[in-house]
Amino acid sequence: MNAKAIVVTSGKGGVGKTTTTANVGAALAQLGEKVVVIDTDVGLRNLDVVMGLEGRVVYDLIDVFEGRCKLKQALIRDKRVENLHLLAASQTRDKSALSEERMRETVTKLVDEEGFDRILIDSPAGIESGFQTAASAAEGALVVVNPEVSSVRDADRIIGLLEARGITEIKCIINRLRPDMVRRGDMLEVDDVLEILGIKLIGIVPEDEKIIVSTNVGSPISLDKEKSGAGDAFRSIAKRVQGQEIPHSALESKRGLMTYLRRILGIG
Amino acid sequence: MFGLFGRNKSKDQLKKRLQMVLVADRAGLAPGKLNELKNEILQVIAKYFPGDENMDVSLEQEGDRMVLTANLPAKQV
Repeated sequence: MNAKAIVVTSGKGGVGKTTTTANVGAALAQLGEKVVVIDTDVGLRNLDVVMGLEGRVVYDLIDVFEGRCKLKQALIRDKRVENLHLLAASQTRDKSALSEERMRETVTKLVDEEGFDRILIDSPAGIESGFQTAASAAEGALVVVNPEVSSVRDADRIIGLLEARGITEIKCIINRLRPDMVRRGDMLEVDDVLEILGIKLIGIVPEDEKIIVSTNVGSPISLDKEKSGAGDAFRSIAKRVQGQEIPHSALESKRGLMTYLRRILGIG
Repeated sequence: MFGLFGRNKSKDQLKKRLQMVLVADRAGLAPGKLNELKNEILQVIAKYFPGDENMDVSLEQEGDRMVLTANLPAKQV
């Protein structure tokens, strides 16, 4: 992606925006980029706990906006991987403390003065001011979608709002795909979701229990050396964000010959 | 329903429902209104071409614009 500032958004809550932000951010840092992940969910911050950095939050985004600290002071450096930083949301304020102008100023400073290569902005759920502020400083977007009815509908709405803001580099992450259900015809296929939404795919993340384990201990699964469906998927997404051409896994299409035969024989 | 050659897959129903509801969402029109529009158009056509069947009106996405399509085979006299 050409965009340095990328908003991670979905419309619907609970589809995996924060997990995606933490994991793609961590994977990009591991690939050598200087990365900051920003939590804009003021009042309901969670990126800090998902990343295991909650104990180190002193200043937050609203402190930066309102001049109570310098931008540098609010940047929390992740000790596990070089070049990964967190800018936490305020937990005690509400979304009225956000400002599109301050957001744009802050992102500009992060690029021009602090030299960040990539800024991932974790958007709150919804289409109101929190989302609008998160999107205001973004040049590109990662839209996280679960293959189910409300998530797809909300994603469509969000894509319309992003386009209205002039954001054209919009990529789709299909999260929590269950290949067994897709095989049975009880879950939308990747191709179905892309056809309905009319945007380009950047990654498919399978449902993976290990995600819960990794968030339990506050360590992004993409940093885990052990192989895992979700970890591999997030690492591939990071590479594609950088412009590398990584083939999508076999989860993408279940319309192969074997599937067809199995279906005919009634063992699918 | 669970025949040898595939069954009524729930995802196909979901896909159809999503396509319908998103057309209405994108047009900023309530899905019920969309159905009213269709029915009214069909009523008007029926007034001029009574007895014709197989008429269909649909709102579809074509690239990045919405297209109202009416498929109205007028009877040859």
